Amino acid sequence: MYAVVAGGGKVGANVMRSLLAMGHEATLVEQRRDRFDVLQEEFGHQVLLGDATEIHVLEAAGIARPPDQVLAVTGDDEDNLVICQIAKEGYSVRRAIARVNDPRNQQLFDLLGITQTVCATTGILALVEHETPGHGFVRLLPLRKENLEIVEVQIPAGSPAAGARLDRLALPEGSRVITVVHDGQAEIAIGSTEIRAGDQVLAVLRPGVERELRQVLLGELR
Amino acid sequence: MKAIVVGCGRTGSAIALQLSAEGWEVTVVDEQEEALGRLGPRWQGRFVLGHGMDDGVLREAGIEQADAVVVATDGDNTNIVVGQLVQKRYGLGCVVVRVLDPARAEFYAARGLRTVCPTQTAISVLADAVRSCQTGARA
Repeated sequence: MYAVVAGGGKVGANVMRSLLAMGHEATLVEQRRDRFDVLQEEFGHQVLLGDATEIHVLEAAGIARPPDQVLAVTGDDEDNLVICQIAKEGYSVRRAIARVNDPRNQQLFDLLGITQTVCATTGILALVEHETPGHGFVRLLPLRKENLEIVEVQIPAGSPAAGARLDRLALPEGSRVITVVHDGQAEIAIGSTEIRAGDQVLAVLRPGVERELRQVLLGELR
Repeated sequence: MKAIVVGCGRTGSAIALQLSAEGWEVTVVDEQEEALGRLGPRWQGRFVLGHGMDDGVLREAGIEQADAVVVATDGDNTNIVVGQLVQKRYGLGCVVVRVLDPARAEFYAARGLRTVCPTQTAISVLADAVRSCQTGARA
């Protein structure tokens, strides 16, 4: 597998190390001279000095082969977006993955067709939500392409759903309960599944019905 | 007619003043408050402080009612991204984007973005100037 890694900061350098350790071929592109000098000591001719948003630099890195993957992991969201667009649209690179530095820019990546993204901040916040006691509603997995989201809900005591059969709940249109975990035992949810306080429920939903779902499962007021 | 100019450097501020003099209702967007100074003391248009990639800032600048947007910050990639954002999210037809790198200007022009490349213009003008010289002559 051949990969081009754009951006030789902490993320890029470590991605590079892992790729090489896995036996892959890779080229790292770094535009800052001081960083390049340090990286060159470690990676030798596999590092290239230049701005990876410039087409001739990408070509020197072998974008025309094309690589199996392009990983745009600079600290600049605009740069990562442009690198991925050039790779995908100009050179038919099948996998172009962008690092999103500012989670507020996520929508922008989606809008401009770069759907494979990684955002450390969002990942950390998801963990914070997961670890905060009493936080009964956790977004586990956004399925952006499908416009769906998978969430985990912890049913609190006193929830209107506690003690009710699934088919008796007025779940909002555009949502479905997938599994119910009771005392560590997971069950695929069907109409007769009973929900009890303390259960963990996995649900899939369309964006926009979250509030209604929270009302039904958590009893939150409008 | 309403225009938004994103980036108030030498180019952006001059375009804003020119459009304004031609009767456009102009709103300028820049990240730095000092940039307002480039528009001079008699600036009649609006000035919105913020980044052109920020939807809230664009809305405050009146993107939904704008007839034209000029993107001329000092970053090529910022301009390319803001230009596409305005085109795709707001469906605006008249979006003009400054891109200094000729290769990227051409790449995005081929994909429907109206890019203007001052470097390419300079190259053509300089080449023409050389061609029109009287070569071999010495004063």
